[in-house]
Amino acid sequence: MAPIVSVSNLSKTYASGFEALKGVSLDIEEGEILALLGPNGAGKTTLISIICGIVNPSGGEVTVNGYDVVREFRETRAMIGLVPQELTTDAFETVWNTVSFSRGLHGRKPDPTHIEKVLKDLSLWDKKDNVLRELSGGMKRRVLIAKALSHEPRVLFLDEPTAGVDVSLRKSMWEVVERLRASGVTIILTTHYIEEAEEIADRIAVINGGEILLVEEKAALMTKLGRKQLRVDLAQPIEEVPQTLLSYKLSLEENGQCLIYDYDTSAERTGITALLAALAEAGIRLRDISTRQSSLEDIFVEIVEAGQ
Amino acid sequence: MNLEAVKSIYFFEMARTRRTLLQSVVSPVISTSLYFIVFGAAIGERIDQIDGVSYGAFITPGLMMLTLLTQCIGNGSFGIYFPKFTGTIYEVLSSPISMIEIVLGYVGAAATKGLMIGTIILATASLFVDLSIAHPLAMLFFFVLTAITFSLFGFIIGIWAKDFEQLNLIPMLVVPPLVFLGGSFYSIDMLPPFWQAVSHFNPVLYLISGFRWSFFEVSDVNPLASAAIILVFLALCMSVLTWIFRTGYKLRN
Repeated sequence: MAPIVSVSNLSKTYASGFEALKGVSLDIEEGEILALLGPNGAGKTTLISIICGIVNPSGGEVTVNGYDVVREFRETRAMIGLVPQELTTDAFETVWNTVSFSRGLHGRKPDPTHIEKVLKDLSLWDKKDNVLRELSGGMKRRVLIAKALSHEPRVLFLDEPTAGVDVSLRKSMWEVVERLRASGVTIILTTHYIEEAEEIADRIAVINGGEILLVEEKAALMTKLGRKQLRVDLAQPIEEVPQTLLSYKLSLEENGQCLIYDYDTSAERTGITALLAALAEAGIRLRDISTRQSSLEDIFVEIVEAGQ
Repeated sequence: MNLEAVKSIYFFEMARTRRTLLQSVVSPVISTSLYFIVFGAAIGERIDQIDGVSYGAFITPGLMMLTLLTQCIGNGSFGIYFPKFTGTIYEVLSSPISMIEIVLGYVGAAATKGLMIGTIILATASLFVDLSIAHPLAMLFFFVLTAITFSLFGFIIGIWAKDFEQLNLIPMLVVPPLVFLGGSFYSIDMLPPFWQAVSHFNPVLYLISGFRWSFFEVSDVNPLASAAIILVFLALCMSVLTWIFRTGYKLRN
């Protein structure tokens, strides 16, 4: 199946000389949730802005459903919904008007039933006649999502949608995202909350310094890079790792009170049973055992640091 | 052509006019009435007719132009500057609309509002003085083209302006001298020869003169020259806009 969004060799140099994107290539499959991770200034927003038509590219090409975003912008932009990072709203408009305005801008005939559905889905129905400046930050965020959904897009971009949003709103927003995905909408989101990407994304792309460092299925990424650690707390501190245990490459930490063993969960043998037996044989008494899996955040930090 | 989008922008802008009805409509009526009281009644009493036209009637086209220019530039520039300022411009830029459609929406609304206010001023003026329009078609030609041209000019200023100071620079600093020295309140025959010559470099003189000619058949310059000037200025604004759209100047960079 052809990708719904295809970015090839995309570059952007701003008038100031800042090179925001350096030949980025990325394919996004229809119906998936792709999380775009990267530190501040990595090029996430520039990439999204070019796909959506807000910024002109300096080089390279982007197609959406086979249409070029520059030459055939009418086709591509009609398919795209965008929720920007900043809470930019018309202070003096009502919720209903601003959402209807967005639908019109995208060339769609007025459809009050659809607008009503969108507002109800986002729990905005009782605020429909409120003026935007009266709304809280979280409510404004919902309005921006409602605007992006007003024209029934096939591809939805969410740029840091949960920044500054409280836990319950964040949860209800992910429910909306899940529903959209179920209806076949492709979703691209950028986020700082890596646990979010871990929870809802199908694939993860890591971008830094204007380059894509990695694109991978989330599950594959977690197994590939996800190491596990076994932590053994000792009853008595030891001065050094006994000779018989050297092959396990243990590290002794916390003044000899704890041993750390790194192992690979995807390997045939993790070596845990043998290690525990060897510890008993060496006469080392254990107080506690715990394991820890590296999170996407650890992986992310590792990739970004390796790229620098 | 994305007509829905043009309509959306147009009505969105017109809704802003409705929300600011007092400031948009009532204030020009009051200021025009003040002009008529001061210039028409108080000072005008002591001024003879100019070219066979009573002074109060003579200044009406000038007053209409003064307001039309200020309003159109103000609305045209604010309409596009405000979304740039608040950031809501992202939505217009990411919509499936061409720049021509964006202009039709914003400039159409700015010109409409200018024409509405111009008409209100004409109506207000007719309460104070006897007015007749000798060439209604010519009057409409100048009225409508000036509104469109200066709304376009305002739109360009709105795109160019980095802050509110720049936004107000031209409307506040450049337009009033041009209008006041363009013969809104006098015939340039009344000026010393040197200033008469200087006045001929003022494009607004041609607009006011042509517009006045369509009312009273009296003019400082040939009405055809006036028509040419407005068309040239319109073409100039359109060329600048074409360049802006082609390069994405200040919008998509």
